[in-house]
Parts: sequence; C-alpha cells; structure tokens
Amino acid sequence: MSAVTIPYKVQLRRAARSERIFRLFATTAALLVLALLAGVLLALLYGGWPALKTFRFGFLTNTIWNPVTEQFGAFAALYGTVITSLIAMILAVPVAFGIAVFLTETCPLWLRTPIGTCIELLAAVPSIVFGIWGLFVLAPVLQHSVQPWLIAVLGDLPVIGKLFRGPPFGIGLLTAGFVLAVMVLPFITSVMREVFLSTPRSLKEAAYGLGATQWEVVWDVVLPNARAGVVGGIMLGLGRALGETMAVTFVVGNAHRISGSLLAPGTTISASIANEFTEAVGKLYTSSLIALGLLLFVLTFIIIAAARLLLLRLEARGAHI
Amino acid sequence: MHRISRLTAAFSAVALIGAWVPQTIADDISGAGATFPYPVYAKWAEAYKQQTGIGLNYQSIGSGGGIKQIEASTVTFGASDKPLEPADLKQNGLVQWPQIIGGVVPVVNIPGIKPGELVLDGTTLASIYMGEISRWNDPAIKKLNPSLNLPKLDIATVYRSDGSGTNFLFTNYLSQVSPNFSKTIGANASVQWPVGIGAKGNEGVANQTAQTGGAIGYVEYAYVKQTGMTYAKLINREGKAVTPEAKAFQAAAANADWARAEGYYLILTNQPGAGSWPITGASFILVHADSKDTNTAAALKFFDWAYTQGQSMAEGLDYVPIPAPVVKLVEKSWQDSLTVDGKPVWLAK
Amino acid sequence: MTGNLRRRRITAAVALGASGLATLLGLATLAAILWTLFSRGFAGVTLSVFTQTTPAPGSSGGLINAIYGSVVMTLLGLAIGAPIGILAATYLSEYGRGKRLSTVIRFINDVLLSAPSIVIGLFVYTLVVLQMGHFSAIAGAISLGIIVLPVTVRTAEDMLRLIPSSLRQASAGLGAQPWRTITSVVYPAARSGLLTGVLLALARISGETAPLLFTALNNQFWNANLNQPMANLPVVIFQFATSPYKNWQSLAWTGALLITLFVLVLSILARLISNFFSAGQSRIE
Repeated sequence: MSAVTIPYKVQLRRAARSERIFRLFATTAALLVLALLAGVLLALLYGGWPALKTFRFGFLTNTIWNPVTEQFGAFAALYGTVITSLIAMILAVPVAFGIAVFLTETCPLWLRTPIGTCIELLAAVPSIVFGIWGLFVLAPVLQHSVQPWLIAVLGDLPVIGKLFRGPPFGIGLLTAGFVLAVMVLPFITSVMREVFLSTPRSLKEAAYGLGATQWEVVWDVVLPNARAGVVGGIMLGLGRALGETMAVTFVVGNAHRISGSLLAPGTTISASIANEFTEAVGKLYTSSLIALGLLLFVLTFIIIAAARLLLLRLEARGAHI
Repeated sequence: MHRISRLTAAFSAVALIGAWVPQTIADDISGAGATFPYPVYAKWAEAYKQQTGIGLNYQSIGSGGGIKQIEASTVTFGASDKPLEPADLKQNGLVQWPQIIGGVVPVVNIPGIKPGELVLDGTTLASIYMGEISRWNDPAIKKLNPSLNLPKLDIATVYRSDGSGTNFLFTNYLSQVSPNFSKTIGANASVQWPVGIGAKGNEGVANQTAQTGGAIGYVEYAYVKQTGMTYAKLINREGKAVTPEAKAFQAAAANADWARAEGYYLILTNQPGAGSWPITGASFILVHADSKDTNTAAALKFFDWAYTQGQSMAEGLDYVPIPAPVVKLVEKSWQDSLTVDGKPVWLAK
Repeated sequence: MTGNLRRRRITAAVALGASGLATLLGLATLAAILWTLFSRGFAGVTLSVFTQTTPAPGSSGGLINAIYGSVVMTLLGLAIGAPIGILAATYLSEYGRGKRLSTVIRFINDVLLSAPSIVIGLFVYTLVVLQMGHFSAIAGAISLGIIVLPVTVRTAEDMLRLIPSSLRQASAGLGAQPWRTITSVVYPAARSGLLTGVLLALARISGETAPLLFTALNNQFWNANLNQPMANLPVVIFQFATSPYKNWQSLAWTGALLITLFVLVLSILARLISNFFSAGQSRIE
C-alpha cells in the first residue's frame, strides 16, 4: 500500500469489484460441474438417438449384435457387464470384509498403516496393468489349472454345473470377474475400514462387558451399526466394476454371445465400445455404440447415486450419535 | 501464490516450446486402417523416414476403421483389404487402388504339431469355425492328416472381433467352398461367429492363438513369418495341398485382370491354378477424389516410392508387390481422378 | 455352558484367522502383480527406452515419444482440470456452505467421479475430435482434464473445510473481503492438502487409457505438436501387449512398469505430504 492514500471509497469499490469477480469465477466453476454432467448426458443422447429410435425397447432385449445386417442389441453386452461385476462382487466383498476386520481388530498397531497402505496401493495400479497381467499371467494359470479343475469337480453337478461347462479357454467371463474383483477390492476395503473405525466405542465396550468374543462384537455389533456404510461401499465398488474398461477388454473374450457357462467368452459394454468404436462404419453402428455408452452411464449413475445417498444418510446419522 | 504462478509459467513455456519447435518440420502423413498390410507399411515408413525425413503415421485399427476415418476425413488416407464397390466409392467421393498383395493363413497352437505339418481344406475349416468340429482328433481332420498324432484337445477358434478386411477375405473363401457357411454366417468384414474368442487386429489373433492351447486363428502371412507361428497347409481348388508362401500368393494373383476391374474391385480368393494359395487378397488405399488435405501430395509420393523402391522389403516379408503394368495404370488414375482443392495433385513423372 | 463358550471361542478364532488369510490374499495379489511387472519389465529398462521412439515390429527402439506424450497430456489435463476444480471446491466450501445448490453439486460431482472413463472419451470425441476434424493431443488433454475435475473438487473441498474458521474470522476481523481471505489465508493454509489432491489426480489420470483411445489416438513417431495425434504410454502398451512381436511385448511390460512405479511413488508421496502437514495443521489451532 502506497503512502499516498487512495480515497477510502475507491478502495472499497475496488475491493467489492474484485470480490464480485472472484465469486463469479468460483460459482461458474461450481456450476461447470453440473453443466458437465448435463453435457455428457445430452451428448450421449444425441449420439445414441438414431439407434434408440430405430430399435426402441428392443435394443435392450435383442441378443444379436450384427454389423452386417445392421441389427444391434445390447443384451449380450449388458449380460456380460452384469455377470462380470456380480462375480467381482461375490469374490471381493468377503475378502474386503476380512481385510477390514483384520486391520481394525486383530492386526498389531504398528502393522496397520503399512498393510493398509499396501492394500490401497492396489488401487493405484493402472487398469491397463491389470489387463496385461490378467492376459499373460492369470489366464494361462486359469486355463491350465483352475478351469479344468472347476470343470471336473463342478461341471457335472445338477444346477450349478451348467455354469462350469465348456472348453477351458483361460479367458472369458470368469477371468474378467477375477480381475475386476482384484481391482475393486481396495475401494470396498477402505470404505469398510473407515466405517468400522467409526463405530462408537461405547457400543463395543458394552458388548465386551456382556462377555462377547471379538468375532461376535464384529459380527453382531460393528457390522449392523455400519450397515449403511458397508452397503454404500459395496455399491461404489459395483459402480467401479460396471464401468471398468481396459482390464476387462484384455480378458473377456470379445464374443457378442450369451452362453450359460461362466467359462465362456463374452463381452461387456465398455469392452465393446473400446474394441469397436474406432472402426464402426455407418451411422447406425456408431449410434448403437454411443447408445451402449448411454446405457452404461445411466446404469452406473443409478448405482452410484443410490450408494452416495446411503452414505449421506450414514453421515447424517453419525452426527446424531 | 508466487510459486504457483512461477510453476505455471515454467511448464506452459515447456509445452509451448514443445508445440512450436516441430512446426518447422512438416506434419506427418496420417493414415489408418487394415492390419493386413501393417508389417510392410511399417517397414516402408521406417525406411522412408530414414531416406527423406518424412514420417508416415499409420495406425492399424482394422479395415472398418480405415474406411470410417477416411470418410470422416480425420486422416489423409485409409487402408482396407475389403475393396469398396464402385457404387460406394462414387457415393463417398473416394478413389481406391491396390497397394500390395498377401495371403491369409490359418495358424494353430497344438502341442506337438510343427509349422506346415497340419493340412486342412476349405470345408473342414468352415466346419471348425461353425462349431461343428470341436476336437482336434475329429475324424474329419484325421482323414486329411493320417500320419499326424492329433491330441484329444478342444478346439478354441479365434476370430477377428473388429471390422476387418482379413475377416472379409477369410469368410469370402469359406462361403465359396461351403454353402452351409455362406448361409449361416456369410462373408463380410464383421460377422456373427457362433463359437470362439474374438481378438483385435491380425496382431490380436496371432497373440491370442499363441497364448491359448488348442487354438486356431487366421492371420496375414507376414505375422506368421515374423513370429514363427505354426501355420497349416490348405488344399486348394485343384485339390493340391499348398504351403503358404510368396510364390503361392503370386500364382493366385497371376490371373488378376486389374485393367478391366472398375475401381480396381477384385477379390483373389479361391483362384484356379495348381500352386495357388486359396486365401489371397490385395490391400487397398483409399483417398478422397477431391481432397482438402494438403498432405495428399506427400502421401502419393510415398506410395509411388513404395511401388518402385519398396519391392524388396515387401518380398522379404512374403508379400507380393503389385506388378509394374498395374502400377502404371494406378498412377495414371491418380493423374486423372485425384485433385486437391480442385487442382490436380499428381503429375506424370 | 463351557461347551458353548468353547464353541464360540473356536468360531472367533476361525473367523479372525480367516480375516488374516484374506489380508494375506490381498497382499499376495499385490506382490504377484509387482513381481510380474518387475520380472518382465525390468530387463527392458535400458537407456534406449528413454532415447528412442517406438519401433516397427522387429526393430529396436524405445518409448520416449510415448513418455513425452503422456507427460505433456497429463500435465495439460491437470492444468485444465485442477484450477477449475479448486475454484469449484472454493465455492462449495466458502461461499456455498449450507446451501441446497452445494449439496446438489457435491452429489453430481461424486457421480462424475465414478463415471466410466470411456464415456468421457466418447463425449470428447463427439465434441472435440469431430469438430476439429482430426485426432489430437489437445482432445486427449481435455478428456483427461474432465477426469481430473471431480477428483480435485472432492479432495480440495475436504481440505479447505479442514481449515478452522477461526482463521477466516480473524482475517475478516482485519477487514479483508472474502476473496482476500481465501487467497491470502485459506489457500496457503491448505496448500499441502491441495497439493496432495493434485498429486492424487495426477496419479489417477496417469494410468487412464480408455479416454485417450478415441481422442489422442497414437503416433508411431515423435510428435510434439498438440494439434496432431500424440503417442502416449497407455495406448502404446495396449497396442504392443496384444501383438505377437516379442520386442513390442517387452516394451509394453517396461512401459507398464514405468507407469506403475510413477503412480505408486505419487500415491506414497501424496500420503507422506498429507501425514506430514496434518501434524503441523493442529499447531495452527
């Protein structure tokens, strides 16, 4: 500030103007977030409209994906997306639960941060690395050891046997599910861990006071108390699994087909887009792929929105305790 | 605040310098499309860059991709092994010509079978890909290979998951030799395969076949040559078992009458001749008849260089160069039909 | 009674033992991936990786054009997304607290955070690539910037909120307008947290492949022109790993190792900074 004084009124005016400008920037930036979401939705709708208009509701139920006859149905891709994500959840949730329990209960204090960091480092590994690891390391192991074992042991059982038939390719829906499970594991683990740690001490001490074992405290006190958070974390992991592209593209087998067996190759929405978009010739083909993208976006939107709402409710409840 | 503004200044300077410096060097010629000719185009591009300093950035995304990108004019030229029909060319204002000839070869991954040992014919190959034959020790395969020890192994068919000219050549051949295949699957750049795993590009199929035990795939021969994969012999139209190699592809191309083909539209599969390889095909380049792309002239110079000076490199990978009389025809059509912003772009040498 | 107690004790032991096994499983998987990366990628880490461009199949070469492209597009994406993200977070934490709009924005932001990155790639393809008429590094940077935005908003808002209001009140008491308070008091106080957020966003986009597939495409040669397709590590790894050429596959593994090391180091660095400075944070109070 110079010694020659600027009239106070001028200073005030200038400060007010800077304030208005800065506030405008900040508000615009915040509104940009909304605009972005709207923009993405609109762009996808616009691009996917020709396909949606041509196929109507049949787009969702048609299993045929034939660029030659220009018949496009999303069902095979949807099926693959849902199945691989489901497998990922079935594999990842128990393991995540186990890790969260270990880190919050049994683990010696000095080990908690290092092990926790290691698990979180799994989240930092880029998805393409999971893809090539899945193709070059996991798939051969599955093809030569695990899958023949699954076929031999489970293939002939009455109901679930149908899930484990067919030649062991090494790649396919099951492998994709495995890789996705490893990818979403750290996310679910960290949410569960946070939620378990926020259990009020009084609840746990009361249970111990009644003579409960450590496991009973976890299963009957911590977990029910953390229910909303756990479900929220699982749904976040599910949202991640649904949208994952690179890891799945390498190992899913790229077959627009529905087969009863988990060992069969299939495809997911994001893998189809990644593989076919740059080469799709013809308005309907491109539009169908964009419509697939819209479908995926809406699907993940619903899951993520539900998860966030649950977590919000948990935070709100937490404030009351 | 000071530190942040200093940092921003520093690295925007780096980015700007990075963006400015090579403006003085000419833009790379950009092309995209077929993976069929990629090994030879990559070799040519490398040699051309060493000789002239001009880069050719070719992205092998599949013939379908090449057609799409040239139609959208996001690249200077597109490449496709499935030639566009004259009507399509006119509709999109494109000109096409054959740049190189090669062969599509079945490759297998069967323990104990060495390259060139397995013999297949068109109908058996079609049945395998239709899922009718599912094990390697099937009697139909055994009949063609009485002396081979074929294991009781599931066949894993590998096909192209992307829109591909190689796929077109392969299905075109199978449709000719198997009416059942023609009816159920048909011939095109992308078809619905009833069984098997999909892989992207010739590279993807080669890689997947090499990774999966019991697999069979189909790739352009240069991929087999470069990687030492296990190829199979095919029985051609005359009933002879032919080994895939340059002279077999040449025999198939010998009957091609390019002068009479409108838009150079010619499919070379299942050609007569005792030494002909049944799945031979040419790979085509596509450019706009009236291009807005200033790199078109540079691209044509490259293709002319490839025709004349790239022959030995192509032969080294067992491709068949386009014969000289046809090159003359092609370059005359450049002169007659190609313009950039209305002005003719290729002047006779 | 004792039988019941023993059974409960055994159940507890088994369950907790299983949880230990689960942890081992998780750690073993991380170890397996890192081991694969090192064993297959380390041999390829030679000087030529950093001095030569991507080769044709069978020839020798390196990854320098891909590394350069990745660095440029990532930094550019950060430059696009981070400032907007911090400004938006400023709104949420300083101007918009308690407002309905803020809750909505926060919610939408979280949705964007978990949106599939391939959808972002499609969005930028339609909006930028098709309008420009060609693929370019700019389009790639924009798509990365769009991914950076929600990540930065989230972490920046959390960090800004941590700054105690006593600081803001003191500044206001001295007569400073809100913008002055924010820029002279809040930002410097939160700078380590903001830096952590930026580092995490950087780590996140360094490994992204899908959005670059249809925006920056790829480039066989050295290209520093932002208006042209630019090579980048993830797409190069994608292309090389699915090929049958040994030299390409080896370069793919080396590239994967480089990216993973970079991202891991960033993540650990971000953690260290936040731990180190959060200890200092409590001193302010």
